[in-house]
Amino acid sequence: MNLGQAGEHQADAMQVVMIGLGEEKFALDAGLVREIIDPVPVTKVAGARSFVPSVINVRGNVIPLADLRIRFGMPQTDTSADTRIVVIEIQIDNKPVLVGVTADKVYEVTEISQTDVQQTPRVGMHWKPEFIRFITKWREEFVIVPNMERILN
Amino acid sequence: MSAMDPTEVFRQEASELFEVLEGALLDLGQRPDDRELVDSAFRALHTIKGSGAMFGFDKVASFTHEFETAFDRVRKGEIRPTQELISVALAAKDYIRALIEDPQSTDDIIGEAILDDLKRFVSSDRLEAPAAEVAEALAPAESKQAGWHLYLEFESHILRNGSNPLDLLEDLCKLGPCFVVPITDGVPFLDEMDPEDCYLKWDVKLHAACDKDAIDDVFMFVQDEMKLTLSPLEHVEAPAPVPLFQLLDEEPMPPPVMEKTAPAAEVAAAPVVDEPEPKSEIKREAPVRREEAKREERGIATVRVQAERLDELMDRVGELVIAQARLTQLASAGSDLSIKLIAEEIERLASSLRDTTMGARMVPIGSLFGRFRRLVHDLSRDLSKPVEFVTSGEDTELDKTMIECLADPLVHLIRNAIDHGIEDTATRAAAGKTEQGRIELAAVHSGAQVLVTVKDNGGGLNTARIRAKAEEQGLIAAGAALTDHEIHQFLFHPGFSTAQTISALSGRGVGMDVVKRTIENMRGSIDLSTRPGQGTTVTLRLPLTLAIIEGLLIRVGEGRYIIPLSAVEECVELKAEDERSRGRNFLNVRGNLVPFLRLRELMTASGTPDQHQKTIIISTGETRVGLVADQIIGNHQTVIKSLSKLHSDVTIFSGATILGDGTAALILDVAQLVALAQSKVEKQHISEAA
Repeated sequence: MNLGQAGEHQADAMQVVMIGLGEEKFALDAGLVREIIDPVPVTKVAGARSFVPSVINVRGNVIPLADLRIRFGMPQTDTSADTRIVVIEIQIDNKPVLVGVTADKVYEVTEISQTDVQQTPRVGMHWKPEFIRFITKWREEFVIVPNMERILN
Repeated sequence: MSAMDPTEVFRQEASELFEVLEGALLDLGQRPDDRELVDSAFRALHTIKGSGAMFGFDKVASFTHEFETAFDRVRKGEIRPTQELISVALAAKDYIRALIEDPQSTDDIIGEAILDDLKRFVSSDRLEAPAAEVAEALAPAESKQAGWHLYLEFESHILRNGSNPLDLLEDLCKLGPCFVVPITDGVPFLDEMDPEDCYLKWDVKLHAACDKDAIDDVFMFVQDEMKLTLSPLEHVEAPAPVPLFQLLDEEPMPPPVMEKTAPAAEVAAAPVVDEPEPKSEIKREAPVRREEAKREERGIATVRVQAERLDELMDRVGELVIAQARLTQLASAGSDLSIKLIAEEIERLASSLRDTTMGARMVPIGSLFGRFRRLVHDLSRDLSKPVEFVTSGEDTELDKTMIECLADPLVHLIRNAIDHGIEDTATRAAAGKTEQGRIELAAVHSGAQVLVTVKDNGGGLNTARIRAKAEEQGLIAAGAALTDHEIHQFLFHPGFSTAQTISALSGRGVGMDVVKRTIENMRGSIDLSTRPGQGTTVTLRLPLTLAIIEGLLIRVGEGRYIIPLSAVEECVELKAEDERSRGRNFLNVRGNLVPFLRLRELMTASGTPDQHQKTIIISTGETRVGLVADQIIGNHQTVIKSLSKLHSDVTIFSGATILGDGTAALILDVAQLVALAQSKVEKQHISEAA
């Protein structure tokens, strides 16, 4: 849907929210993002899978908080002044589910061009290729567009 | 919302009518002489036919019409509604339902076969009619029927839609000689008059013994924009002018009780019946009218609301309760008296708003019970085990979502009770029991819970069989000392049921694990009790609502958790000697050994445990388990939020809630924790036995 909207002015542009995790930059499809909030107290869920270790209260809804760093095998970082929670809506079994994603920093909402799409290299990456939709270039930097549905399922 | 699909409205309405129809037909099987039942079945049929035609369900309309015609002789009391006839009628009902709900799946041939059956039944035995009583009951209304008295009032904008009342009146005149009096009192002064509005009303006497349907057909397309009051003309009056004032003072007639009075044409065909005195007729009609009036009243007093709206309202109220809890916490921390007063006021309002909203979601369980009568009827016929089905406590109210969730488990339990519980006729006779088995379905309030019981007077559970099976499957060590109650719990064991041999011999357990899981998902519990030779009772304990519960707030390490208060039996301090016996994990509660779970281990809590550990004893049914926590904080009004799909693999929590300070807290799943503790105990048992 988002691609379609963006396509009205530039056929291959895509609106994304640029976030930073550790040293890497990730571009989340802006269509998935519901809101960006300051860190809130988290509640640990014993026995949950490691990449969704806790739940948070967002406006009266208890939603899971996912940690992409764990999914991507990246080192944990401490909460800083820049830390935000990006609330996204994804489809699980064809039902919309709200999920919070911790980001070390949220940069901006921007457009990326899909003409710059790079082939996902098979080697030299420490994350699984199926978690990545594609890799593209933004301001001379490589950014990863993750496949959130796959990552969280 | 206002643009709701009219077909959907019809479907909803029809499904309610089907319930009425089915109920009436089933009751008729028990009390074949009850005229009121025949009539209510007919009323339902008639409405289905009428609105079916309006919404373009032509097949429904024509089939229902045929059904009506065939069943007409029952209505006229010429034949008795036998069990076979009722079975066919029920099949016909199912067919109509299929026509409405899933027209593609139906086949005309089925419909025709049903109609043929129906016709065969109703044409075969004219002589068998219990002529005297029924005919007497029916005759008076018919014998005098000579026409109809109509009062017509159209909505003022009718002309703008292109309908012409005069054309309709003309059509009406085609049915027979009419005497039409226009009522002009609604006509305003000339300068106030809108030439496009209809101000006239009509009073019509139709001197023709036509069918009510014929009249309805005339007004079919303007039905919604008019008031039509129909009453039978009781004697042939000379078409004399009726004084106007009389018409004006006239109370609006009660809604047509037409089904009472068979079409006059039939009277002419069968005028054999004795003329009883007209007084009896009045007596008979009176209660019916009253009932109609009562129905009217109820209709006005209820509003149909979409279920989602109620859910939404409940969500909002839940959020309000949370916000209010935060306010109360803030107010009590400060010293401002006026804010405290306001907080208290809001607390009171929020809690009464919560109660009202929850009340609005409550539905009497009777709506559910009705469905099972058909099930019992069909099963008892298929298995040729005569069964009496008794229900009680239909007025008991439960949250509507619970009612929906309860349907499947109850179907299961009832099917089990008939299939395996009730013995066949010969066995029953040999045991000196009545030939007819008995199944009781009851609902009753018990504190903050509702107990639903399914009780049969069959042979009871075969404890020895179950035990043998459990040993065979390696669930218990051979010869392990278990109470009967503990043995019966194996019936809920997943996979236990699939063994053919046991379900064929002693029954129970077919999908009982599914039943148990469904009930536990509703935070309820299930219990079995049985007496050999006398029957089995299955008791379901259910909370009143799924949305808000009373909880006990506890702290384990840094985390706070909620235990549903209904499951909490008592709180005790963990004694030093219990603490020492690390390997055994048993508490001594007044001489009883109760297994306990350390929540700190379960929740992988960090930090040092509090010095005085508390134990909360929880129970499901007869099983008790202790939970060891760091601190008991207190009562908490818990608004339940479900956990998302991403956490569906976490079993020890049944949901989450939001605490006064805005953080989320998890609700412990009592049934799962008890099962967890038990499995630990069993492992210990087995390892000790080995």
